[in-house]
Amino acid sequence: MATYFFGDTAVLTGRTLRHVTRSPDTVITTAIMPVALLLLFVYVLGGAIRHGSGTYVSYLLPGILLITIASGISYTAFRLFTDMQSGILERFQSMPIARSGVLWAHVLTSLAANVISLVLVVGVALLAGFRSGAGLLAWLAIAALLVLFTLALTWLAVIAGLNAKSVDGASAFSYPLIFLPFISSAFVPTGTMPGPVRVFAEYQPVTSIVNAIRDLLAQQPVGSNLWIAFAWCAGILVVAYLLASISYRRRIS
Amino acid sequence: MLTFMSISSAINQAQGSVTQGPAIQVQGLEKSYQELRVLRGVDFEVARGSIFALLGSNGAGKTTVVKILSTLLKADTGTARVNGFDVAAQAADVRESISLTGQFAAVDEILTGRENLVLVARLRHLEDPGVIADDLLQRFSLTEAGARRAATYSGGMRRRLDIAMSLIGNPPVIFLDEPTAGLDPEARIEVWHAVKELVAGGTTVLLTTQYLDEAEQLADRIAILHQGRIIVHGTLAELKQLLPPAEVTYVEKQPSLEDVFFAVVGDPK
Repeated sequence: MATYFFGDTAVLTGRTLRHVTRSPDTVITTAIMPVALLLLFVYVLGGAIRHGSGTYVSYLLPGILLITIASGISYTAFRLFTDMQSGILERFQSMPIARSGVLWAHVLTSLAANVISLVLVVGVALLAGFRSGAGLLAWLAIAALLVLFTLALTWLAVIAGLNAKSVDGASAFSYPLIFLPFISSAFVPTGTMPGPVRVFAEYQPVTSIVNAIRDLLAQQPVGSNLWIAFAWCAGILVVAYLLASISYRRRIS
Repeated sequence: MLTFMSISSAINQAQGSVTQGPAIQVQGLEKSYQELRVLRGVDFEVARGSIFALLGSNGAGKTTVVKILSTLLKADTGTARVNGFDVAAQAADVRESISLTGQFAAVDEILTGRENLVLVARLRHLEDPGVIADDLLQRFSLTEAGARRAATYSGGMRRRLDIAMSLIGNPPVIFLDEPTAGLDPEARIEVWHAVKELVAGGTTVLLTTQYLDEAEQLADRIAILHQGRIIVHGTLAELKQLLPPAEVTYVEKQPSLEDVFFAVVGDPK
């Protein structure tokens, strides 16, 4: 069975990638909301926000990128749910294939689709005045963080897709994830928030990831934020992957 | 019931054409969902190269039987062997031997008909997936529709594509779960033709249906599943003997709506 894993996953990924390329609106709608937020905060609200040195668009971009990922992964839950509803998942399960390949195909497709959305959003940010002198190593670290964050949230989406009772339920789980950056250092410094909110904002994963990416882009010393950010992403990824695997096994046996 | 089974296996052995025993053997199959006892001891055998119909109303447990035989569900107790392999202990071998066409035509709507076939051929690790796909499109009169997305297909075309996908790799055993549910009369007959062709090629077919006429049209042997048990089992002729003897009465036959339908659209047979 293991010998088929990579081949089967590649074939199944080709299938789900076609679903993306044949409905490019899913990639565009993923990018529209973050782009709208970006423009709103940069050109309407940002002038009144005291965020420290540098342009506000550069301050804002890391949080916007995380929101892009959080809204993009809901399509994974949606596609997985549709696969179960249509019976095609059962067809795959009754075939001599590597069964976990079905999930990995959705996860890899999510990664590809989110990368495209992220590139679109960064493009708009560049037009809005975002600049960074970060070197190759810093960009690689940012890419690694974003990829890990995408994988972690995608496996959460897999859990939602496998356990949803309706299409709406399958995609609604991502709303709290999209909202999470608002209660973090993504839009405003956490210093002005009242006590309990500030504690939550400072210790939730988004803040450490946003701070790490922001410092990397601004060529500032990143400090412990980078490792905390990686630890959060890896932790969520492992837990979500295990829970998704358990859900999947319960679904198919 | 027991006598039917022993007669059928005796005939199979006498014929000597059977390679390794029956294609499907089910013994004492039980399955419950929490309180609900769906299967309460199901036994049957299906001879190689035959069409076996599992007849029953909604909720009789037909789909549960098919899911257990296609390794999608585990039985609580009892054993089932498909193509000689145990569904619980040798699931991978069973999956190599079977193909499942579920209750709803499980085709990928976003892909074209041809891409659906190529996908399955690749997943079955066959060479020349494109050639296999084109061949099947032709066999199921889908060549012209092959480049169109499956979402644009009619119910009958979709079912034909579904069955064509099941044939890829020539699995010796095919499960068809309510293959004509929700189809119009013309499409049903299209599907019946497709199923009959399958068996001509030596494939064993287990189909579930709630239509008596479908079982009558297609099946070599019929089992009636009722409240989780098989209450009768045999050939159509044997089942007919269970009925009270025929009486001759004279009744004026009004054309049925089906007669009218085929008279108007032209009988496809």
